[in-house]
Amino acid sequence: MATHQIVQLPLVTAPLKARMRRNRLRVLLFLAPGLVGFTVFLIYPLVMTVWLSFTNSNMISQAQFVGLRNYRYLLDGDPLIWHAVRNTAWLVVIMVPAQVLFALGVAMVTARLKAGASLFRTLFYLPALAPPVAATVAFVCMFNPNSGPVNRILGLLGIHGPLWFNSPDWSKPALTLLALWGSGTMMVIFLAALLEVPAELYEAAELDGAGPWHRFRYVTLPTISPVVLFATVTGVIAGLQYFTQAMVASQVANGNIQPAPGYPDGSTLTFPQQLYIAGFNQFHAGYACALAVVLFVVAMAFTVVLLRRASGFDIEESPR
Amino acid sequence: MTTTYAPAPARQTRAASPHRAARGRAGRRRTLIWIAEHAIAVGLACAFIGPIVFIFLTSVMTDGQSLTTSLWPHHWQWSNYRTVFSTAPVGTWLLNTVIYAVAATATTLLSSVPIAYALARFRFKGRNTAFLCVITMMMLPPQVLVIPMYLMWARLHLTGTIWPLVLPSLFGDAFSVFLLRQFLLTVPEDYLNAARIDGCGELRVLTRVVLPMMRPALVAVGLFAFFNAWNDYYGPLIYTGETPAHWTLALGLATFKTSHAVQWNLTMAATLIAMAPVIIVFFFAQKAFIEGVTLTGVKG
Repeated sequence: MATHQIVQLPLVTAPLKARMRRNRLRVLLFLAPGLVGFTVFLIYPLVMTVWLSFTNSNMISQAQFVGLRNYRYLLDGDPLIWHAVRNTAWLVVIMVPAQVLFALGVAMVTARLKAGASLFRTLFYLPALAPPVAATVAFVCMFNPNSGPVNRILGLLGIHGPLWFNSPDWSKPALTLLALWGSGTMMVIFLAALLEVPAELYEAAELDGAGPWHRFRYVTLPTISPVVLFATVTGVIAGLQYFTQAMVASQVANGNIQPAPGYPDGSTLTFPQQLYIAGFNQFHAGYACALAVVLFVVAMAFTVVLLRRASGFDIEESPR
Repeated sequence: MTTTYAPAPARQTRAASPHRAARGRAGRRRTLIWIAEHAIAVGLACAFIGPIVFIFLTSVMTDGQSLTTSLWPHHWQWSNYRTVFSTAPVGTWLLNTVIYAVAATATTLLSSVPIAYALARFRFKGRNTAFLCVITMMMLPPQVLVIPMYLMWARLHLTGTIWPLVLPSLFGDAFSVFLLRQFLLTVPEDYLNAARIDGCGELRVLTRVVLPMMRPALVAVGLFAFFNAWNDYYGPLIYTGETPAHWTLALGLATFKTSHAVQWNLTMAATLIAMAPVIIVFFFAQKAFIEGVTLTGVKG
């Protein structure tokens, strides 16, 4: 990219050179805290994570190089890691798309409302701000098979409700419902995008005889697809990090003082939880770092997809 | 409601024309669609707000009733909110959370504005690379860096305190920088040039011209920073998990049900205490929140 000066001068003169030097100094000054942060809180720990993943670090004694041993243990040795990988994959493949579709559906309903649209938007968005721990504790209580209102309501409808957070088959669907409840952020983003679709496009499509489905498929979707992609990729990255709700739900549903990560039956053990346990409960810091490297590679792959495609990150855009 | 889409009175005189019948049908259909759409919206609103109402109702029940399936409190036991503070160190947790959230908000705002301004307004070599770095930091799962970070803070003897949670935001928070940059791109350059021609240096341009214009963005970023800290579980778990005196509300609440009270009513009271600031502030500042969210998703 070419460098521009803020004030265009016809020739490179001595004052201009001084000005350019001052410019550079100013940029450096404004960015200095960011550069420090970038180095100390990203580059340094990232390099250390990669290095530690090849060592037997245990957080206390001097780490020794052990080659690929941690990665071999990851592939063939850790009895719980495939549980964790499968659970995290489940969240990424089922929970995140469910969230995107649900948020899109709610946004489309809200966009069509003629009365009280902004009130409804407010109500739909509010749960997204609820602290994840508080929301999870509340959901475990609501879905409690004995005293919770959810199974009672299902019972009134003649449905025998499942054990939800206490059943290995239903714990992840229950977490998905919790995620849907908090999907207001996506909903607001979709709603803003839907309202920006030019009305003329719909009118033109209607004149051409397009039904509701065709209008959605050929007018709405192409216009909002960059926003949907943005929401999906950030959702996937959040899914890869999924930790708090799984941890708290298993702790509260289990009801035991001894933590039981993954309760019931390892069904809520996610990849970042396994990383946490390896690092902070078992002090296998080297192995935890190997897991961190895997997480890093996967998350970056999705970020690259986002940068390639989404317009929100139009980095070439210059100030107007 | 049915009158909204009724045919115009002038048309009504031409009784029984097939044309009119068709219009009537279309009008009825539109009315039905209107009703259906608003019914769905009301149903969704109940689903979204229901859990919060449930938390509140359960939090004022008696111990015994909160273990049953009944939804409405027989006896409104407001004293639960007092009991909660004596059952568990909720007061300490609350104080720690407020300190963490206020400190993180102040440092985030202070450090992120100049970085965002430079990224949005200065032209320099490597600007795109710098912005790419911001996005990378924003997208990077915190778990990737947690082990070396913990070791670093341990070497500085700061684990067990909230310092490791606050100090990093002195050096810019990626999400805040991103959001502020998106906003700054929308400020017309002419305003800035006018100030520059009047002889203002860049720092003066930023503080005198840009900052007042940025108020909505600053409010949004401040609110997000505050509630990110307020809601944070992972950070406090890593750094203060072993020292209960420094626990935040999120950390305490996670263990509340198992270690302090088997009663759901007290657990829900503590839950509502954790949620209350979010709900209250949201109703005062919902516009700022929604504008902020919109800014992250749509091209700035």
